[in-house]
Amino acid sequence: MQRFYRRAIKDILENRFLTAITVVTIALSILIAAAFALFFVNAGDMLNLWQKGMRMMVYLKASTSEAERLDTKFRLQGIAGVQEAVYISKDEALTRLKEQMQHHSALLENLKENPLPDSFEITLQPSARNSEELRFLAERIQALPGVAEVEYGQQWIQRFTHIINLFSLAGYAIGALFFMATLFIVANTIRLVLYSRRDEIEIMRLVGATDRFIKIPFYLEGMIQGGAGTVIGLGLLYAGYSALALHFAPGLAGGMIQLRFFSVGASAAAILGGTLIGWLGCWVSLKQFMK
Amino acid sequence: MTEENADAIIRMFHVHKRYGAKFALKDLSLDIYKNEYLFVTGRSGAGKTTLLRLLYLGEEVSEGQVLVDGLNLSRIARNRIPQLRRKFGIIFQDYKLIPTKTVFENVALVLEVAGRKPSLIAKKVKSVLRMVGMEDRIDAYPQSLSGGEQQRVAVARAAAGDPKIILADEPTGSLDEESADVIMSFLDTFHSRGATIIIATHDKELLERGHARIIQLRDGQLWSTETV
Repeated sequence: MQRFYRRAIKDILENRFLTAITVVTIALSILIAAAFALFFVNAGDMLNLWQKGMRMMVYLKASTSEAERLDTKFRLQGIAGVQEAVYISKDEALTRLKEQMQHHSALLENLKENPLPDSFEITLQPSARNSEELRFLAERIQALPGVAEVEYGQQWIQRFTHIINLFSLAGYAIGALFFMATLFIVANTIRLVLYSRRDEIEIMRLVGATDRFIKIPFYLEGMIQGGAGTVIGLGLLYAGYSALALHFAPGLAGGMIQLRFFSVGASAAAILGGTLIGWLGCWVSLKQFMK
Repeated sequence: MTEENADAIIRMFHVHKRYGAKFALKDLSLDIYKNEYLFVTGRSGAGKTTLLRLLYLGEEVSEGQVLVDGLNLSRIARNRIPQLRRKFGIIFQDYKLIPTKTVFENVALVLEVAGRKPSLIAKKVKSVLRMVGMEDRIDAYPQSLSGGEQQRVAVARAAAGDPKIILADEPTGSLDEESADVIMSFLDTFHSRGATIIIATHDKELLERGHARIIQLRDGQLWSTETV
């Protein structure tokens, strides 16, 4: 096997220009595809964080009696997905509002009566924190007799989820496109090398070389190019990520949201993937060439 | 099968080779024996090179059958072709040395494809290069060698794997007398060690060396056979 590695390295050095073009192309493809993936990872983290802190507000009808309020609380606590239901009277709600609007409190001073309704603040169980579950839960709560309105920022959550889904689709499409492009480029580079060395391959065959003996160095070459391109692509992405994280991370949700790069395992998997693309490109070329 | 035939290492039965409508070989039947020294002669286009190419499957027969050391070439599986070719040491008319490899690497290739150990390869390559007087040019590349030197390297490569059969296509065609002598005495040495030597040539001096069978081809057909 050592001699195959030596031959592969020698071939790479002899075809420096072609190899460099392949490695750079793979690096750029990986850089773009991995940038998308990194965006999804961090956007997903952000969405999870927001969903964890999510509350649902249940506003009661103005005419709700004390007995109906207790009944509503009892019923709320019995609904799957509700972790806790805390009653907030209209007076308490007004006090909170005044605290939040300290600089505009004059606006509230002139009110003849408290316009806010009694409400329940509901903390959700983790299983109920996705868009579909939230909608289902809100519909059930809305159907309770004393409930006037349920609010949980549904439109905002749905919009954000849709955007993430859209980006995911675009990411998959771009990923597939770059996969094909990389495969095509590796295959063509290897094909050029094969054509430039067809006399040598013919001589090797004439002196009794097996297809395996001829092919293995080319496979190694493709794998080295794929792996090196991926390492360079990820390296560039990491450099870009580090620069961006340094400038923007402190401003994200007051520093509550931590940006992160791919884990060591995910990076290793990406390098393995790049290596496999190199192998596959080689396989495609050799399959046609060695017929 | 006669006793003679039992000693045949190569057997050709009614072999035809066509390129389009033109016959390169026509109904050729021939036995070549173990440790035989055989010259194949004839004018240009008589079919000498085609005959050699059919033996190592550089070409496939159009009709007829060829057996090499028990292998029927019409039925040989693709993955056994390398095994067939390792039975031969082939000296090509145009040398066929790999320009990006040194003299050492060109000769070593035959042993590498056969899976020999690196230590053995180094020893063997140096030994055959010494025999053809090329041990001083071990690190040279083919383009820096003269035609005669390149042919010597090609001969060394052909013999490095200790093949059963050496095929040589015009091995002395464009060489000076000294290089031709070195190559022929090298082939004689391998013949004395038991190899079968088949040389395609129209060099009359070679044919007059004696101790060989000479077959003459004309228009792709076996025209005459003589032993000198």
